[in-house]
Amino acid sequence: MDLLGFARGPALKVALAVFCLGVVWRIVGFALLRVRRDLDIPRATVFKYMSGGLISIGSRSWPHREFIARTGPGEALGYSYHLGLFAVVLLFTPHIIFLGSLFGVRWPGLPSSLITMISVLTLTLFLAVLFRRVTNPVMRMLSNFDDYFSWFITMLVLVTGLAATAHIGAPYQTLLGLHILSVDVLLIWFPFGKLMHAFYIFPSRGINGAILARKGATS
Amino acid sequence: MSDAVGGFSANLAPAEARTPEARVAGAMKGFAQEMGALSAFRLESCIHCGICADACHFYIATEDPQYTPIWKVEPFKQAYKREASPFAPLYRLLGLKREVRADQLEHWQHLLFDSCNMCGRCSLICPMGIDVAALIEQARHAMFDAGLAPKELYQKAAHQRATGQPEASAEPYRDQLLAIGARFKVDIPLDKPEAEIMLCIPRTDIEHYSSAVAALARVMQHLGVSCTFRSDALVAENYGYYAGGKQWQRDISLRLIDQAIACKAKTLLVPECGHAYNALRWEEADLYGKPLPFKVRHVTEFLADELQAGRLKLARAAPGKATFQDPCELVRKGGVKDAPRTLMKAMGIELNELEDHGGFAFCCGGGGGVVDIERAAPLRYRAMEIKLREIDRTGAETFLTSCSDCRRTFDDAKAHFGWKNSPHSLLELVANNLSGAENRT
Repeated sequence: MDLLGFARGPALKVALAVFCLGVVWRIVGFALLRVRRDLDIPRATVFKYMSGGLISIGSRSWPHREFIARTGPGEALGYSYHLGLFAVVLLFTPHIIFLGSLFGVRWPGLPSSLITMISVLTLTLFLAVLFRRVTNPVMRMLSNFDDYFSWFITMLVLVTGLAATAHIGAPYQTLLGLHILSVDVLLIWFPFGKLMHAFYIFPSRGINGAILARKGATS
Repeated sequence: MSDAVGGFSANLAPAEARTPEARVAGAMKGFAQEMGALSAFRLESCIHCGICADACHFYIATEDPQYTPIWKVEPFKQAYKREASPFAPLYRLLGLKREVRADQLEHWQHLLFDSCNMCGRCSLICPMGIDVAALIEQARHAMFDAGLAPKELYQKAAHQRATGQPEASAEPYRDQLLAIGARFKVDIPLDKPEAEIMLCIPRTDIEHYSSAVAALARVMQHLGVSCTFRSDALVAENYGYYAGGKQWQRDISLRLIDQAIACKAKTLLVPECGHAYNALRWEEADLYGKPLPFKVRHVTEFLADELQAGRLKLARAAPGKATFQDPCELVRKGGVKDAPRTLMKAMGIELNELEDHGGFAFCCGGGGGVVDIERAAPLRYRAMEIKLREIDRTGAETFLTSCSDCRRTFDDAKAHFGWKNSPHSLLELVANNLSGAENRT
């Protein structure tokens, strides 16, 4: 079995199994902990605090006016590379074909040349993100192996993908094999690190927002 | 480590001078006991973006990264990952998360108490929506269990739990309350066997602002409502809440709860004290173990309702240019957003709002018990300069608030900085502008 066959065969199967089981366990593992019932009388109706939660899912997507001067540039950088990643992962035709084979649905993609441009831009933003993490004293202090490895593996997927589409450095089959192998590693790492925020972000905003809305507190 | 942060060993609560190992075990036990799914989810969700630093006045004032709010719970995140997270066995087996050390916790006393007002501003900025302040409150519980509550908070909590007063006083608060009534010529309803509303007072007002105590009594007298103070439960504040002693917080609040039940009160009226409101309104039922058999209302909420019902009429006040300090525990965390402004509007006051106001206001710097921690004063002064500058920029001649701890913190700043402005009580302004009343405090 060659590298490509291994990467998209047994390695991918193992990676997907670890990803699925790991994600489920990571969520079930804390969700099974005790849930305390609030015994105080809520200020808001159930409808109001549930809608407060839904509003928070949207409103936390961008900083409140009071904070934007301090956090706007950092958040813009964060959103930019996320958007770049989404575009590359979801709108590159070979990815759509692959995802379509998994989920049975397909959608239109962007031209390859545009995806390449977006990839290069995203790569540049990724470097900027790393630069910010190591130079910003707060982020440097908070950062641990998880932050750097999650950055590294995502970056590796981007770099190998770009190399494969541009046919740079090795035969296409090898480059594609390396690209898929890097995705396998990312999938295996996913449940153990901060990449889980992809699953957490909306429930976290919604649950915390609903709890604050229940009290009529600012959210 | 201890020297760098102010000699914490010397500040350990005397009764809690345990071995470092016992302290750590206590802290982790306390934290693990409280660790429910919600807190775990909050810890799990952090992406280490550090944005919460940009909401915290301690960080903004110093640019010292250790004041990043989420960093203040770092040892507890470490303990959670190691002890209770879904992959805890893996962390322990591979040695990926070390046990929390005693010297680490000692340092964190500075971060969790001296440099955090639990004001909740950080909870508004997190892109993941994490309520960081709720995590910090839980971490304080663990610190208390570890014997690492700052001595001032610990001692006041212990005294309040034992006697009902956070500190000994030359005269009991009951006698001081009656003396205030006599001095201001206002009836003090005390120990009535039954009343619709039970009143309590901030000890800060008893000790520093007797005119605010008289104002509360005068307004209630003016409205002619059935109300009473109870000698056995006069104090609104809860130092157990500040110190992180969850059981102590419960014991202290039980005094109020028991007395409110005894006099068949339908409402427990919380005076101008932000944290007392938040603790009683949003935490005590959970500690009590069942819903409270009465409503908990802040005095501004109550008065705004009386105003809207037409039972309270206010004359126009003439405070000149005015601004308002939104107490964090009342407005941001407690949800009492509109009532203070409803009252001010009724008195014809047009506010020159602070740049950061309402739910987004900066804390006065004294909340969370910080104003009581002596060694925290230099850092507190640095942090509160942000607020003082905002107030000065409004050009306000009258500066109002609705929390006695805010008021005390600003008065302290006045003495420290020679600041020209003076904080005034909104309740006192209401009492001085009761329509048809001649009595003025």
